[in-house]
Amino acid sequence: MNESLLRELVPSVIGVLVRRGADFASAEDAVQEALIRALDTWPDDPPRDPKAWLVAVAWRKFLDAARAEASRRGRELAVEAEPPAGPAPATDDTLRLYFLCAHPTLPPTSAVALTLRAVGGLTTRQIASAYLVPEATMAQRISRAKRRIAGLPLDQPGDLGTVLRVLYLVFNEGYGGNVDLAAEAIRLTRQLVALTDEPEVAGLLALMLLHHARRASRTGSGGRLVPLGEQDRSRWDTGLITEGVTILQTALARDRLGEYQAQAAIAALHADARSASETDWVQIVEWYDELLLLTGSPVVRLNRAVAVGEADGPQAGLAALADVNPDLPRYAAVTAYLHERAGDLEHAAELYAEASRAATSVPERDHLTREAARVRQLLRP
Amino acid sequence: MKYLLLKHYRGGPAPAVDYGSMDQWTPEEVDAHVQFMRDFAARLEETGEFVDEQALAPEGTFVRYDGEGRPPVTDGPFAETKDLIAGWMVIDVESWDRALQLAAELSAAPGPDGKPIHEWLEVRPFLTEPPTVTE
Repeated sequence: MNESLLRELVPSVIGVLVRRGADFASAEDAVQEALIRALDTWPDDPPRDPKAWLVAVAWRKFLDAARAEASRRGRELAVEAEPPAGPAPATDDTLRLYFLCAHPTLPPTSAVALTLRAVGGLTTRQIASAYLVPEATMAQRISRAKRRIAGLPLDQPGDLGTVLRVLYLVFNEGYGGNVDLAAEAIRLTRQLVALTDEPEVAGLLALMLLHHARRASRTGSGGRLVPLGEQDRSRWDTGLITEGVTILQTALARDRLGEYQAQAAIAALHADARSASETDWVQIVEWYDELLLLTGSPVVRLNRAVAVGEADGPQAGLAALADVNPDLPRYAAVTAYLHERAGDLEHAAELYAEASRAATSVPERDHLTREAARVRQLLRP
Repeated sequence: MKYLLLKHYRGGPAPAVDYGSMDQWTPEEVDAHVQFMRDFAARLEETGEFVDEQALAPEGTFVRYDGEGRPPVTDGPFAETKDLIAGWMVIDVESWDRALQLAAELSAAPGPDGKPIHEWLEVRPFLTEPPTVTE
């Protein structure tokens, strides 16, 4: 029994406890405790029926906590001590848990933490280490989130859009501590695809797979950032690309375009090019136009200017920047690149240096500093 | 997003209120100030926003490499450096506005007569990991 199989059981075990009468918050706590015990004892003493073991241990933890709470308040225990007889119903509450944990009333960081714990089956310690905060802080963030959604019924349809945004946030965080968040986001999205019938869910999965396929080529020695145009494409994972493209094509065929499908289409066009120079930039610009219609996002407008610069030349790219907000974090980096391609090296060097000061991550900052240094070297006689 | 709330002994804009140095306060005022800081950190832990808190001794020294096989060169401490960091708190919050709001609350720590000292705090964003999806 490996850890990911164990984690897959978590949402359905929470569902069993809730159907037996536990409230979501207590059920989730009890399952987390059972999970920690399983991680501790299963390697030496694996159970015959892992799910039944988890249900039994979690139910006992829940009853202990409920009894302690009841006696503290001097009340009778509200749930039956013995579970109802007969086999557990086959309904799966996992989808409901996705909706509840990513409820629109929760701030994004709380929704992320709660989703990773209750749907992903990660421990509080793992989540805290992935996001580099103390375990006590993460525990509080999770219990606060649970208090905020307390009383919401588990059997209501939820907002799929916020669920997808939460999964996208987890994926974009990449690799934190000892938890591979990108892989975890893919696992949770894959599971969601199986539970829903929405092309946008498939679109998000395709987007993740197509970006994950490039992971090995994205960083060079010492964590150096390698931009798309310079990546060693022989290191791209063709299995993931094929899977991503297939999923995307099926989704697009349903003719209900959304932002994740459009983003995945752009990633697929990059994946399709054997070299950077063979990239079909004209089609990429068309997809950016679609994406802009769908989202109106300023970041999309900025990235579209890069694509226009590749498709129609740097002057066209610079012209496309005219209606982009210059306060965006990567604005200076994009203008630097377009000015360099237009042959204005002096201006480009200054802009790369300015961009490095505006960078929001260390690898980006170092990359842009190196770009500024490279262009300045070209300028020396 | 993580932010550093940096507390300076010296440096930064001119103080809005002259609250003197803490050793000039009454013991009760010192206690109230320290308790406020402790409560503030506890409240942030409760909201799931606390990451770290450290205080620094005012005295330190400058050090540099002086070549292979030679001992490090030290300089200072200097009685009157322009900027002197007293300590910091690291928070993990949803937005820049929330970071500013919390810094302002921290700046309202009580001083003489239990009145807010209005001290200047410097707020600095952490650099993060690069996002996976960039195009």
